[in-house]
Amino acid sequence: MSARTLEVDTLSCERDLRELFSGLSFRLEPGKVLQVAGPNGSGKTSLLRILAGLLPAAEGDVRYDGASIFSGQGREQWRQNTLYIGHQPAVKAMLTPEENLAWLCALKQPVSRKAIWSALEQVGLRGFEDVPSRNLSAGQHRRVALARLYLQPLPVWILDEPFTAIDKSGVAGLEQHVLAHADAGGSVILTTHHSLEHLPQVQVLDLREGC
Amino acid sequence: MNWTFFYKLGSPKWFYDISGRWLPWFAVATVLLLAVGVVWGLAFAPEDYQQGNSFRIIYIHVPAAFVAQSCYVMLAVAGTIGLVWRMKLADVALQCAAPIGAWMTFIALVTGAIWGKPTWGTYWVWDARLTSMLILLFLYFGIIALGQAISNRDTAAKATAVLAIVGVINIPIIKYSVDWWNTLHQPATFKVTAKPAMPMEMWLPLLLTVLGFYALFTVSLLMRMRLEVLRREQRTRWVREEMEKHA
Amino acid sequence: MRQVIWLLFRREWLLAWRRPGDLLNPLVFFAIVISLFPLAVGPEPGMLQIMAPGVVWVAALLATLLSLDGMFRSDYEDGSLEQWVVSPHPLSMMVLVKVLHHWLLSGLPLVLLAPLFALMLALPLNVLPVLCLSLLLGTPVLSLLGAVGAALTVGLKGGGVLLALLILPLYIPVLVLGTGAVEAATQGLPVAGYLLWMGCLSMLAISLAPLGIAAGLRIGVSE
Repeated sequence: MSARTLEVDTLSCERDLRELFSGLSFRLEPGKVLQVAGPNGSGKTSLLRILAGLLPAAEGDVRYDGASIFSGQGREQWRQNTLYIGHQPAVKAMLTPEENLAWLCALKQPVSRKAIWSALEQVGLRGFEDVPSRNLSAGQHRRVALARLYLQPLPVWILDEPFTAIDKSGVAGLEQHVLAHADAGGSVILTTHHSLEHLPQVQVLDLREGC
Repeated sequence: MNWTFFYKLGSPKWFYDISGRWLPWFAVATVLLLAVGVVWGLAFAPEDYQQGNSFRIIYIHVPAAFVAQSCYVMLAVAGTIGLVWRMKLADVALQCAAPIGAWMTFIALVTGAIWGKPTWGTYWVWDARLTSMLILLFLYFGIIALGQAISNRDTAAKATAVLAIVGVINIPIIKYSVDWWNTLHQPATFKVTAKPAMPMEMWLPLLLTVLGFYALFTVSLLMRMRLEVLRREQRTRWVREEMEKHA
Repeated sequence: MRQVIWLLFRREWLLAWRRPGDLLNPLVFFAIVISLFPLAVGPEPGMLQIMAPGVVWVAALLATLLSLDGMFRSDYEDGSLEQWVVSPHPLSMMVLVKVLHHWLLSGLPLVLLAPLFALMLALPLNVLPVLCLSLLLGTPVLSLLGAVGAALTVGLKGGGVLLALLILPLYIPVLVLGTGAVEAATQGLPVAGYLLWMGCLSMLAISLAPLGIAAGLRIGVSE
């Protein structure tokens, strides 16, 4: 068992007394991108939320580096090493992108102003750093959220539909960045409607199949 | 320690079977205890020296008050079990017991008021006991309202569990402050709550009605829980077989 | 860690000052509620003086509740709350920062504003320090307990009234102690006991409430 491997062991998920999936098991080695696929309602977002630590699992365990991510030391380590970007970008309308990122990063580890400006430039928001976010579009909100991917070198990324509301060039740039992260030894778990199966680093997990 | 019993306790089907067997016994016990206790207390027990016949209402008021208070503690315990061990039955117990507790509190309040009329001259007096009961009723309403407001059953169970735990921690604080408030504002030490040494002919029927009320609570709780378990597990095979048996 | 706390605090501060209207509303509400009583029962000073401690305290309770309602809602709606929950820093600690900020902007102004209204309700001057001290010790408990309710009702539409229903019974000890202290001061009796008990409640609330608030937020996020 190599270090920094994510092991999912007979995981099952229940929402509102209904079972979404059960007996789910897989491994994710560092350097790989896991794409979770399946029809709507199959539990993709729920799986990501369980991994992020927002939802409890009905049964089963998930281990990172050998330690369970649901309790004790393992949970602390997992939280310090993961970056979760969900459906909602977590951008406050009354704050500027810079202020938003300052706070968002502080939740893991504070970063410098220069780093924030550089990240915003990389997501194509140069010049918008101090515009109140309520004046930005939904796509720009998402870019602010994604700027975190350029700011904090955390090993594991959990991204739920990261490409929504991003235009074509943005999608290409983001894809490159995700692959570069994997090549550098990080792990990425994401859901998306884009087809990524052709890429070598990508393994696909289809929730439709019985596990 | 045999933990398998504890985990079996979490299985809805096991609960349904076991409660089905116990229910008739509890029902019989309830009827017997209440019938004997209430009739003895209301009709045959000797008159109180000070209060005459009106004090007989304690045979209903006191048991109702006991059950109301224990039920809230039970809600907190069930909530803790549900949160820590994620036992669905504990969630069901919490959801089903809350309205029963609220009704018991209401009965305690009404009987307390009925007791009050001949004793103080009015139906309602802000004494420590009644005020604490009223606040307990509000706490019950809070739990019921929160449970109703959340549509996801799991989330509702967890949220009401947290609220019950917060409530149970606050109850001693509330009781003390209401007692204190009462002594501040009613210098006449009118102790309706005084429990003088009661002769056996008086406390024996009281014991019976207290036990009877607890049995009544258990019967109502088991019946409600059985219904809720059937509702939650309606898609499983054993429930469908059960329904067909009675169809 | 200290830097994180500072950044969190700064965020709350910025958010609050970008909508200054929201800061004033609870205070105006406080003023209006207090003014309702002389209108309702007549301006006779003797009567007002008897009612004053109770009126000021009840108005403080209601004003605090009103300001608590939306405490976590905006974060819940835009996804920020999820980020709070998955952060490696202890949620109880971060929540305490949020409640502290809320108290500074709603509880503390009440403490400062109360003497003004107490005078309008014919409360004697020598009692005012006790009133302020009781509010100073009591409003943190109100903020903390109320935040537990706000966390439990964070996703719910019926918000405000439900929150009041859940939390007002829990406010009763604070109410009893606060009004008891002011009344004792009016009669020249010692108040140290009341204030010390109030202090105890504050300590208890500061240590336990963050756990309840964090639990409530985690439940809200796991919908």
